[in-house]
Amino acid sequence: MGLTLSWLSVIILIPLAGLFLKSFELSPEQFWAILASRRTLNALRVSFGLAFAAACVNLVMGSIIVWALVRYRFPGRRLFDAIVDVPFALPTAVAGVALTALFAEKGWLGAPLAALGIKVAFTPVGIFVAMIFIGIPFVVRTVQPVLQDLDPEIEEAAGSLGASRWQTIIRVILPSLAPALLTGLALAFARAVGEYGSVIFIAGNLPNVSEIAPLLIVIRLSEFRYADATAIAVVMLVVSFLIIFAVNRLQRWAQSRIPAR
Amino acid sequence: MTLQIADSVSLSASGARAHAAAARDSLRTEPRAVRITIIALAITFLSVFVVLPLVVVFAQAFSKGILAYLAALAEPEALAAIRLTLLVAAISVGLNLVFGLVAAWAIAKFDFKGKTFLITLIDLPFSVSPVISGLVFVLLFGAQGYFGSWLRDHDVQILFAVPGIALATTFVTFPFVARALIPLMQEQGTQEEEAAISLGASGLQTFFRVTLPNIKWGVLYGVLLCNARAMGEFGAVSVVSGHIRGETNTMPLLVEILYNEYQFVAAFAIASLLAMLALITLIAKTVLERHLDEGQDVNDH
Amino acid sequence: MTIEVRNLIKKFGSFAALDGVDLKVDNGELLALLGPSGSGKTTLLRIIAGLDWPDSGDVSFNGEDALAQGARERHVGFVFQHYALFRHMTVFENVAFGLRVQPRAVRKDEATIRARVKELLDLVQLDWLADRYPSQLSGGQRQRIALARALAIEPRILLLDEPFGALDAKVRKELRRWLRSLHHEINVTSIFVTHDQEEALEVANRVVVMDKGRIEQIGSPDDVYESPASAFVHGFIGESIELPVQVDGGVVRLGDRQLPLAADGLVPGASKLFVRRHDMLVGPPGSGAFEGAVQHVRNFGPVQRAEVALSGGETIEIDAPRDRELRAGDTIGLEPRRYRIFAG
Repeated sequence: MGLTLSWLSVIILIPLAGLFLKSFELSPEQFWAILASRRTLNALRVSFGLAFAAACVNLVMGSIIVWALVRYRFPGRRLFDAIVDVPFALPTAVAGVALTALFAEKGWLGAPLAALGIKVAFTPVGIFVAMIFIGIPFVVRTVQPVLQDLDPEIEEAAGSLGASRWQTIIRVILPSLAPALLTGLALAFARAVGEYGSVIFIAGNLPNVSEIAPLLIVIRLSEFRYADATAIAVVMLVVSFLIIFAVNRLQRWAQSRIPAR
Repeated sequence: MTLQIADSVSLSASGARAHAAAARDSLRTEPRAVRITIIALAITFLSVFVVLPLVVVFAQAFSKGILAYLAALAEPEALAAIRLTLLVAAISVGLNLVFGLVAAWAIAKFDFKGKTFLITLIDLPFSVSPVISGLVFVLLFGAQGYFGSWLRDHDVQILFAVPGIALATTFVTFPFVARALIPLMQEQGTQEEEAAISLGASGLQTFFRVTLPNIKWGVLYGVLLCNARAMGEFGAVSVVSGHIRGETNTMPLLVEILYNEYQFVAAFAIASLLAMLALITLIAKTVLERHLDEGQDVNDH
Repeated sequence: MTIEVRNLIKKFGSFAALDGVDLKVDNGELLALLGPSGSGKTTLLRIIAGLDWPDSGDVSFNGEDALAQGARERHVGFVFQHYALFRHMTVFENVAFGLRVQPRAVRKDEATIRARVKELLDLVQLDWLADRYPSQLSGGQRQRIALARALAIEPRILLLDEPFGALDAKVRKELRRWLRSLHHEINVTSIFVTHDQEEALEVANRVVVMDKGRIEQIGSPDDVYESPASAFVHGFIGESIELPVQVDGGVVRLGDRQLPLAADGLVPGASKLFVRRHDMLVGPPGSGAFEGAVQHVRNFGPVQRAEVALSGGETIEIDAPRDRELRAGDTIGLEPRRYRIFAG
């Protein structure tokens, strides 16, 4: 017991405490000046904005994938079910170079897209693509078990009360999945905001345009501007805390609606 | 004339039945066109965003033939990276196995103040950017860090050396073992342990003879995922490694260096090893999940 | 609304859930489908509701082909065994659901919907729970809300699948009485499924006894109890003494002994003799059709239950009034006041 707590504090708490201590060495004015600089603001905007957009895409596509995997039978279903986990398991650096090769101007997908006038690699679109890649399992794996366990009788009940299939989906099934969907969205968002490995290769890393916040931390560190790195890190960490908090509340909300059988 | 009338009556009746057949299908499923569209969307999305990147890794690795591929892997730099990666993974998996077990044991079998806080704490490395995980170790052990001068005085090298890489990796992979075990141990409750202790077993005997056999698949599951992440970790390790060639480059870091030097075959050759690791992990994970499900079924009956 | 079911057949793989079922339900009836699990009663109910479809056969409502309509067009209220309440909606919204999903052309305005829901909640006596969520209700309350929700669409028929199956004994009894009076009030043709004979006999106007996908007997509760039409019904409803007998040449035999029982019109061969426990009258040794030794006696209120070893070797349990105390070791004569013999 004591051992557990001390290990946890050594490995997790002390490093994080160090981060906050470091940030307290800055005066509020200094702290604010770092955050308000154009480059920092832009990096945060790129990270949070694109992560949110990617999480929304994941929410929609993840729902479609879950629906197909749970409700329909088609050849290769089990294979595709397993494939969903690839972004979890594939090292981020590998994903990064692979996505870049795929979407580069001469890549398998980059070439046809370039012909259409769409440039993906080395633009913010590339960041967006990488964030979609790493976020998809979060939505699928949170929503899938909930849809599987959904009582088939509630759909029959809705039907026998005269609801059309569409009404049943919108008014009965989606609200039942809402906590899981929001949790999946939050997890995908949190992961995309902090993502580094799979993004930096495809991003182009142009300051103010396609530079993500984690990369800016690395750059500030390599310039020995620890204060700058710390300030950005604290902002991101606080957001992570808020997301975890929100997810926990979501889970509790979902639990409270489960009837005690 | 009469025959014709009878015919048309039965026709309309069968038409009505056909309508009902459609109505029956729609109670718990969607029209065929919708079903096909949804399946097509799901397959296309997964193929483009997940399958193709995986295929590209191997296509690029073997683009100059198998000899070039093997030569790239036989480079001393590559071998050093593989060795370092294995070493770091062994250290962090070992540490997290022990402490994951203890943490899960404490959380699942005892009630104490701050339990929910502890669970949140365990999850934290999952939701923190890997770069920030690396950064905190730089702030602690770097030249200007809190322990930096003490370490320099005592000639201990943590940052830009194996200990730093191992520490950062351990931090990032901390949740896997504990996370895999907590629900499993909670579900199993404390009855078997209490029975063992009432029969005179000591605490350690109880742990090794009762608790551990019950959770062995869960342990393996946690170790598997922990190992995969440890070998593949990039962001945190990148920050603390210092990128010293042949010394502090793990495989993912070497992929980055080679890629930035336009040595694409070599970069993707290393990447293909990591991708293979990911695939093997996924297969093993699927097998283990089946074992875990079976274990649960046995408990249910 | 009358319901007519003709020659309904439904197979799940090689298992025949319904094996040629014919049934007529009159307007305003409260009918019980009674049978053990696997007898096909729930399948029949689901087919009438449009939740399942037969392999062949017909279902008609007031003479109209019901199978030509999907579940949502049939206007059938269905109450599920596990309630199937929408857990993300309040009680009020659950009940209002059927009204809110009506096609725009016929949908009532909000005030009318509110008034109607209030009325229904009053009817099930749970208006004070309108703002709660299903997870905050007891099982009995959930069941009544499920019923109110089904009634909201003004169903032509009300179907209830094991309505009290998931409730504890005390609540069940209360709800039975309540369902009966509710049916009296709304007078909608209703069918409920149950495996509990007491429930069927107490609540229904008519009882349909099913076994292995077939209807064994249809009749009033008194009919099925007093004159069971088959060995199955006799064994399933009420507690019976069951003895293997042999019928031949107008004579009934138990083992070697010939029983002084009428065997007119019986098919010769191995048969079963059924007697209700309380229909075995106790007399002095030598009187009656059977003789036996009392093994155990236990008192249940006004009756004593005695385990009696018949001289043929069989052991039976009888319920006798307590005016004459039986004791272990007594030898008694037994005469069945009423009995039935079925071939098989």
